[in-house]
Amino acid sequence: MQRSGSRDLIYITVFAAVVLAMPIWLDPIGANYPDLLQKFVIYGIFATGFNILFGMTGYLSFGHAAFLGVGSYAAVWSFKLLTMNVVPAVLLGVLFGGVFALLIGYVSLRRSGIYFSILTLAFAQMCYNLAYSVLTPITNGETGLQPALGDPRIIDRALGIASAGIPSPQLFGTQMSGYPGFYFCALLLIVCFFIAMRIERSPFGMMLRAIKSNQTRMPYSGVDTRPYALTAFVISGMYAGLAGALLAVTDPLAGAERMQWTASGEVVLMTILGGAGTLLGPLIGAVTIKYFENIFSAVHEARLHTVFEALPDPLENVLVPVTALFVGEGWHLTLGVLFMLIVIFLPGGLMEGARRIRAWATRRGTRERRRRVRPAE
Amino acid sequence: MDQIVLQLLNGLDKGGAYALIALGLTLVFGTLGVVNFAHGALFMLGAFCAVVVYQVLQIETVTIDPDRLTPWGSPMEIRTPLVQAWLGDFGGLLLEWAVPLSILVAIPVMLAIGLVMERGLIRHFYRRSHAEQILVTFGLAIVLQELVKAYFGANPIPVSAPAALTGSADVGAWLGLGSGVIYPWWRLTYLAFSVAIIAAVMLFLRFTTWGMVVRAGMEDRQTVGFLGIDIERRFTVVFGIATVIAGVAGVMYTPIVPPSYSMGMDFLVLSFVVVVVGGMGSVGGAVLAGFLLGILQSFAAMNEVKSIVPGIDQVIIYLIAVVVLLTRPRGLLGRRGVMER
Repeated sequence: MQRSGSRDLIYITVFAAVVLAMPIWLDPIGANYPDLLQKFVIYGIFATGFNILFGMTGYLSFGHAAFLGVGSYAAVWSFKLLTMNVVPAVLLGVLFGGVFALLIGYVSLRRSGIYFSILTLAFAQMCYNLAYSVLTPITNGETGLQPALGDPRIIDRALGIASAGIPSPQLFGTQMSGYPGFYFCALLLIVCFFIAMRIERSPFGMMLRAIKSNQTRMPYSGVDTRPYALTAFVISGMYAGLAGALLAVTDPLAGAERMQWTASGEVVLMTILGGAGTLLGPLIGAVTIKYFENIFSAVHEARLHTVFEALPDPLENVLVPVTALFVGEGWHLTLGVLFMLIVIFLPGGLMEGARRIRAWATRRGTRERRRRVRPAE
Repeated sequence: MDQIVLQLLNGLDKGGAYALIALGLTLVFGTLGVVNFAHGALFMLGAFCAVVVYQVLQIETVTIDPDRLTPWGSPMEIRTPLVQAWLGDFGGLLLEWAVPLSILVAIPVMLAIGLVMERGLIRHFYRRSHAEQILVTFGLAIVLQELVKAYFGANPIPVSAPAALTGSADVGAWLGLGSGVIYPWWRLTYLAFSVAIIAAVMLFLRFTTWGMVVRAGMEDRQTVGFLGIDIERRFTVVFGIATVIAGVAGVMYTPIVPPSYSMGMDFLVLSFVVVVVGGMGSVGGAVLAGFLLGILQSFAAMNEVKSIVPGIDQVIIYLIAVVVLLTRPRGLLGRRGVMER
């Protein structure tokens, strides 16, 4: 136990170093924009939390975007009513994400399998539809909610730091746009990752994996699985709430489209792509998807012509329209194809791919050694 | 009273569309045990079959009429659709009835798509978890949707119904209710069409030997296999039939809402809820739940109801789904042992 504990410490230290050094090692592949880096870590948090429910416990929720949206709204309301400081916003985002997850989870977890998926989907769609219609006073409908001039901002006023124009979110005076925003989110990601790791290693995490592996045997051995599953659901809801709040912190605008079921589908995609049930996988999936989304959607036809310039003209004229299908506007097509390929050939995601390559490499190594041994026989 | 009849009609109409899509979904559940998230995309493909036929029939030739002049003094260009130029009045008739005629095109096309999809992809997912089935068909839905978007653009493409059916019918007069209930002809046609298709499928399953074997396979596929029947091939055909149903439902829906690439996804979520409320794998349940939810949804949209419970029209379907799933876990008519893993 002692040994594994110290190994975890090394693991998390390396992880923290890699995350904080993102601006350096992502620079050569053209991903060193603060906006993009923020997206990497925020969706990393979202996917890591989703994995606690889906990867560890085995419940496929199709409504997690609801908690993301709720977190965003809570954070923006905190900006409007309390203060532009991000600490209360983040705390409120987590709190509201957790409360909503408790309510929805309590009902949804009465069923499992596909029924659970449909129930969560139904709840998320309800939240989405309500946010667009009746709850417009709270959510500001299609326009989206954002801080305005006439907001009370009680705490800022009381402290006398309320400024004239529309202020931007700050952490005790540091503006939360650009790199400071990224480092703030990155620190939270490291904390979240650490918590997820502790959960995985704990008896509680063992229980979650037991629920995933056999739904029927657990009650037979006298364990009521629902409290455990509900706890996992609430934790992942809080992660989603946190991610939503951070989205609002880096860009104080919350819209209902964040709650739509396609957004829920996106986080499922990230988790699967990286590898559900692994700690690091969902994060890798989130970074991969957000990275390629950014790269692919920026490419356009003229750019492709320069890329394929070296090729003979007829070939170029065929290649450009075909590739053009997959980039720019058509980025979702790439995503869909990629997703199908992953599910069909590599259900364990990128992590499984890495494991297979490693296994293949070691096997090859041993075979070579064996071959070298053979002549001696 | 007029209001109630009107909403009832509205609900039946919506319910017909829900039931048609849910029917295919539930057939696939019941036979192959596969959760098909691409079903909405198939509905969308059907609608685009109609768009293609419509646009092909609209291809025009330009002839110049030297006798008539435009206000600018040049000879007037007369554009006639090719079919009309070739076939005269009959061509005009074809043009007029493009949408119903597209069904003839949609059936073979959708059948082919369905068979290829089943043999090429779905077959490999019989034994994998429902989560993986959902995910791969979800991916397929995105691919189909994006391909359509790449060729037809993101904007809805209007397609018109035959002129004979574009007006409105005075339904109130038929029922002796006065002139308050006026309803578009095409929507009535859609309702009749969906009822006919649903009846045909149910009768087919109920009263033919082929349908009987399929039903037996839904009950106990292993035993049917032992009896020497190639049940897998029949199920493949059932998948094809489900695809065709979704396709023709899409074709007929085009004059109501102009098809766009995302229409499938909008319907998918709703029809899934319908299937779950009706009971997974239960054909009768899907039809019942489809009409029930359609009717309840349109009554919830009435101003009188909305003033009592604000926002109810937005959530009623999901609310019912939640209540049904919590009180009757298998749905309204669901059978024991289907999709309970």
